[in-house]
Amino acid sequence: MARLLEVKGLETRFFTQDGVVHAVNGITYHLDESETLAIVGESGCGKSVGVMSLLRLIPMPPGKITAGQVWFGTGDDRKDLLKISNEELRQVRGNRIAMIFQDPMTSLNPVLTIGFQISEALILHLGMDKEKARQRSVELLELVGIPNAADRLDDYPHQFSGGMRQRVMIAMGLSCNPQLLIADEPTTALDVTIQAQIADLVKRLRDEIGMAIIWITHDLGVVAGLADRVMVMYAGFIVEEALVKELYANPRHPYTLGLLGSLPRLDATRAHRLTSIEGLPPDLIELPKGCPFYARCQYRIDICAENNPRLEPVAPGHKVACHVDVAKVGAARAEAAKAGAERAA
Amino acid sequence: MTTDTRSNGTKPLVKVRDLRMWFPIRRGVLQRHVGDVKAVDGLNFDIYPGETLGLVGESGCGKSTTGRAILQLYKPTGGSVQFGEHDLVAMKGEELRKMRRQMQMIFQDPYASLNPRMTVGSIISEPMEVHGIGNRTQRLERVRELLAVVGLNPYFINRYPHEFSGGQRQRIGVARALAVNPEFIVCDEPISALDVSIQAQVINLLEDLQSQFNLTYLFIAHDLSVVRHISDRIAVMYLGKIMELADRDELYRNPMHPYTQALLSAVPIPDPVVEEKRKRIILEGDVPSPANPPKGCNFCTRCPKVMDVCKEQEPAFKDYGDGHFAACWLYPQ
Repeated sequence: MARLLEVKGLETRFFTQDGVVHAVNGITYHLDESETLAIVGESGCGKSVGVMSLLRLIPMPPGKITAGQVWFGTGDDRKDLLKISNEELRQVRGNRIAMIFQDPMTSLNPVLTIGFQISEALILHLGMDKEKARQRSVELLELVGIPNAADRLDDYPHQFSGGMRQRVMIAMGLSCNPQLLIADEPTTALDVTIQAQIADLVKRLRDEIGMAIIWITHDLGVVAGLADRVMVMYAGFIVEEALVKELYANPRHPYTLGLLGSLPRLDATRAHRLTSIEGLPPDLIELPKGCPFYARCQYRIDICAENNPRLEPVAPGHKVACHVDVAKVGAARAEAAKAGAERAA
Repeated sequence: MTTDTRSNGTKPLVKVRDLRMWFPIRRGVLQRHVGDVKAVDGLNFDIYPGETLGLVGESGCGKSTTGRAILQLYKPTGGSVQFGEHDLVAMKGEELRKMRRQMQMIFQDPYASLNPRMTVGSIISEPMEVHGIGNRTQRLERVRELLAVVGLNPYFINRYPHEFSGGQRQRIGVARALAVNPEFIVCDEPISALDVSIQAQVINLLEDLQSQFNLTYLFIAHDLSVVRHISDRIAVMYLGKIMELADRDELYRNPMHPYTQALLSAVPIPDPVVEEKRKRIILEGDVPSPANPPKGCNFCTRCPKVMDVCKEQEPAFKDYGDGHFAACWLYPQ
């Protein structure tokens, strides 16, 4: 598979009254054609700002992309999205890279019909006439599973339910056959049965159309069934990156371990106490000098306070930013606990 | 209908019978009554002392309304709520206000449920003032104690809510509920507004407090994995009615109602190997409007196993052994 997207050292800052918010701190990653990459993290970890920066969609000012390159495209049309003109970027947005947002209630215009909103991109980017755009809109609505698509074209957003609106958003996203679909927490506002419908729909469309997907979420559950590769973010840094099975089988960063431990599982044989991550994420205005996770980490050693570890490969396709080999320490601790228990017995 | 006592002889703390909460729809200049939103429509269940009853369902199914109707924050349209020996629905005014000392609530949104102009100290001591507990010094002492109990620094007593994070605010909400030593707490989605790593902190806190103070919870949530983790028994709601109610493990091992089955299969499991092998029951369509529920079983419009009888008559909510209740025509009535 050819490389579709290469992000190098992307750095986004917000210059506010209270100080400089270090939202994204030099992240580097890539995405292949028709690959699904999930970006996981908690609110404020920079996952949304990170992808919004790719399309220069952050409010500037106060935001500013202070460093980095975003190479998008294959072969001859490969360009740095941070360098091209606004005019050129407009040709990319909504056309080659489409985006769907978390809240389907607020990302549709309430005073325009669904049909108009879908046709808009078709007329603008693909130069279709009104009649053709309308036909294509019906096809798209059918594709995302909206019943009586032709009749619903003249309905307004408030006449659709939350799940249906998200389907409309997806139809709009797909309208120009994008090479890359960025989905920013698309199922978070939805109920679990509707969430399953949407995840299922995206999987089916991906297989049919073959686009690449960046799926942003805080839900490690949804990611498990959907992604090829997962990236975990914390305080604007990538702390771990691995193929999906590898990440769940061998989590190597203490934060990833903590996240997995704090999730109650539906299939767990018996309810055990959840291992919570104590404390709070760091203030992005005054980032700590060393590892951003230092204050909450159970595995920390002295060097972590001084030196922020770089994202280094630990296994094929598996990168971690941590000074400690968590697996080794964990095993040693389990051993010690066992020995202690035996001694007590 | 639930039996009055359990096999081991414990009496329920809360007994809900045929609880209905309808909100009238009014139209026109004369505000004529043209219909009702049947948010809660005939619920029957018991909550036993010291247990956690989980109440799950999708948004708009009436689970929060149920919690509020039990605490008489809404006056129910019909039915009865017995708390110990008292019938709450029949109570009014002063009598009811005194009962509130024994039943408290933790709200979903830690940002909206704390008054931004009050200090943490006055937020937590207000319920004690209202119920005339202790004098000023005693109350202050109690607030410090409560802050420590919920894992906050007692030194924060003079701070304002905006100085705290979401998880910390939820702890303040918990401390406020505990202030009057209640027996029964309705937790209305207490963790849905929080981040994953903070959710676990609050769940653990609620569990610790329960064993420490022998609390009884009604835990309302939409996340089945969380409900499974914290509850002893679970009731599944759909469109204003309880579809199934059973012990936690029984419900997950042997879900009887097609809705429960679909709901369970829709919950993603954080393990790609398991996810690969799982078969999903994807429900078609959306939840019908509670102002105009379908005839017969409320789930008949989306049920994958729907039969003719389901569209005609409502199934009875029956005990199929060991307190496993279900309302479905697939089983002998």
